[in-house]
Amino acid sequence: MSKLLDDLTKRAEAAIDKKAPFGEDIDLTKYINPSERYEYVENLETLSAEEKERLMAVGIDTKAEQRSGSFIQHDTTVRHRDSTQEGVEVMGTAEALAKYDWMEEYWWKAVAVDQDKYTAHVQLHQNDGYFIRTLPGVKTTFPLQACLYLKEEQITQNVHNIIIAEEGSELHIITGCTTGPHVKEGIHLGVSEFFIKKGAKVSFTMIHGWNENVAVRPRTGIIIEEDGVFLSNYILLRRAHSLQMYPNAYLNGKNSTARFNSIIAVPEGSHVDGGARTYLRAPGAKAEIISRTISTGGTVISRGHMIGEVPGVKAHMECNGLILSEHGIVAAVPELEGRVADVEMSHEAAVGKIAKEEIEYLMARGLSEDEAKSTIIRGFLDVKIMGLPPHLENAIKKAVETGQQGFM
Amino acid sequence: MLELTDLRVEVSGKEILNGVNLTIDTAQTHILFGPNGAGKTTLLMSIMGFPEYKVTGGQIRFNEEDVTHLPLHERARLGIGMSFQRPPTIKGLKTRQIIELSGHGGADIDEIAGEVNLGYLLDRDVNDGFSGGEIKRSEMAQLIAQQPSFVLLDEPESGVDLENISLLGGAINKLLQKDMKRQRVNSCLIITHTGYILDYVEADVGHILLGGRISCSGNPREMLGHIKESGYEECAICPSC
Repeated sequence: MSKLLDDLTKRAEAAIDKKAPFGEDIDLTKYINPSERYEYVENLETLSAEEKERLMAVGIDTKAEQRSGSFIQHDTTVRHRDSTQEGVEVMGTAEALAKYDWMEEYWWKAVAVDQDKYTAHVQLHQNDGYFIRTLPGVKTTFPLQACLYLKEEQITQNVHNIIIAEEGSELHIITGCTTGPHVKEGIHLGVSEFFIKKGAKVSFTMIHGWNENVAVRPRTGIIIEEDGVFLSNYILLRRAHSLQMYPNAYLNGKNSTARFNSIIAVPEGSHVDGGARTYLRAPGAKAEIISRTISTGGTVISRGHMIGEVPGVKAHMECNGLILSEHGIVAAVPELEGRVADVEMSHEAAVGKIAKEEIEYLMARGLSEDEAKSTIIRGFLDVKIMGLPPHLENAIKKAVETGQQGFM
Repeated sequence: MLELTDLRVEVSGKEILNGVNLTIDTAQTHILFGPNGAGKTTLLMSIMGFPEYKVTGGQIRFNEEDVTHLPLHERARLGIGMSFQRPPTIKGLKTRQIIELSGHGGADIDEIAGEVNLGYLLDRDVNDGFSGGEIKRSEMAQLIAQQPSFVLLDEPESGVDLENISLLGGAINKLLQKDMKRQRVNSCLIITHTGYILDYVEADVGHILLGGRISCSGNPREMLGHIKESGYEECAICPSC
């Protein structure tokens, strides 16, 4: 492992100034590496009231009822980690690296360490992250929950997460990333590498709730084997100064599936550049990208790049955007790339304001104009598009409803 | 109940209605005939209060109140309801929800859905991929929940098969309290092209709208017979008009 780490460090050092192709170029030198450490807590209920409130706003249940395990990291410190189901492992990645020799088979295998300056920075200044693994055939009864929390002002949080679903296993993760209520500025750099083995299924629901001047650069790669399923749901309804992400899913196995859903609302002062790229590399592979974006004054770019490399694959993309303010910008950038003839790929995109006909239709039923608009927006942000299990759907629904109150 | 006096309406700067006079009393059902482009839908949309239909003259009174310039939703709250011919699709909003909203929380959704055979569509997005008949039944379910005292129906039978016309006719009769003789108060104005709806709904008065004004009024069945026989061209030159 040490030889591998040396090699990775060299590659990271060489990429430390490498700009990302999308998003504002963030000057990482203006942030500090966090120094303060926090106590481990056995019970999430013993966290402070304000911390609990922030966690709950991003879908984390501090009572941990109906959860198969929890992982909470404040800045650099793993505050809590547990698993309540046999066959499900939850720990910090530093601990996993020390525990398992085979970690090098996964470390920086789905994301390139020298992809850009942010991945390089994570390698050179890593502060843990979560390691979640389901053993072969194990199916989580309830979702696992993970939270990465920025507690200190002006820091950079550099996490590296590894998620492994062994053959035939099923794993549902809800992850909430947020900041302390007093944190005005900071940056979250999160590398996440997913390995979905043969016949395994992972749903990954991420809710972000940042503060005004926080920058966010997640870097995610997903490798999916035969009959594997990866379902990603992303929700952002609060202001983030600058967020850019473009996860890559590699559908390497026959009949593998990837689906990305996102619900994003951007208020004034918020710039979000998101999307997903899917490489369909085996017959029967299927991918879908569905985004619902709303601007109340900020800028949101929905990207999607679907690459059909072999015959017999299917890909579909839907980008729908609503502009609710004179100054808002919503951009949909769908790209389909078929590299062989026998592929089935399609996309639809629509951007605009709420249709007048829809508002008036509801007004004819007695709703005021504002009530009609709110009703249409609630429908537009319907979490049912995500196909979640009922208890998780309810948690997400609550988070979306709370978020909506902020911008409606 | 509803009184239109010299109503003039323009759409995108073009005058469509140029002096409509019409009175519909409590518990009456009126039928509106007229060729394409005569202004029938414009008349309904103007009564309902859609902002694109600009009233340039005259008055609309509803239950003694001048509603000529009242916003759409306030007219709905006063008791005017409308069935749309081509309603929009609303993604993410379920049919169950729009019926609930129409009834302001007081409607028994499942019972209403049962009445118009809509149960299987309750969890679908509003009007998303609905057939002609499904749209009409969904419209009717919303109106039953809304319980308006004055109903505007724009071609309730168009695009609907015979079986569904019968079902819709039953729903319209219920909406108009046709089974209640003395206590009946609800009124209605129906646009029809084919007149099929007259086989299911008893109407009191018929009107022909020509060139943006009511040119003739009378027994709706007799009028339909004349129209079928001679077309609207005869109406235009009819000396009694």
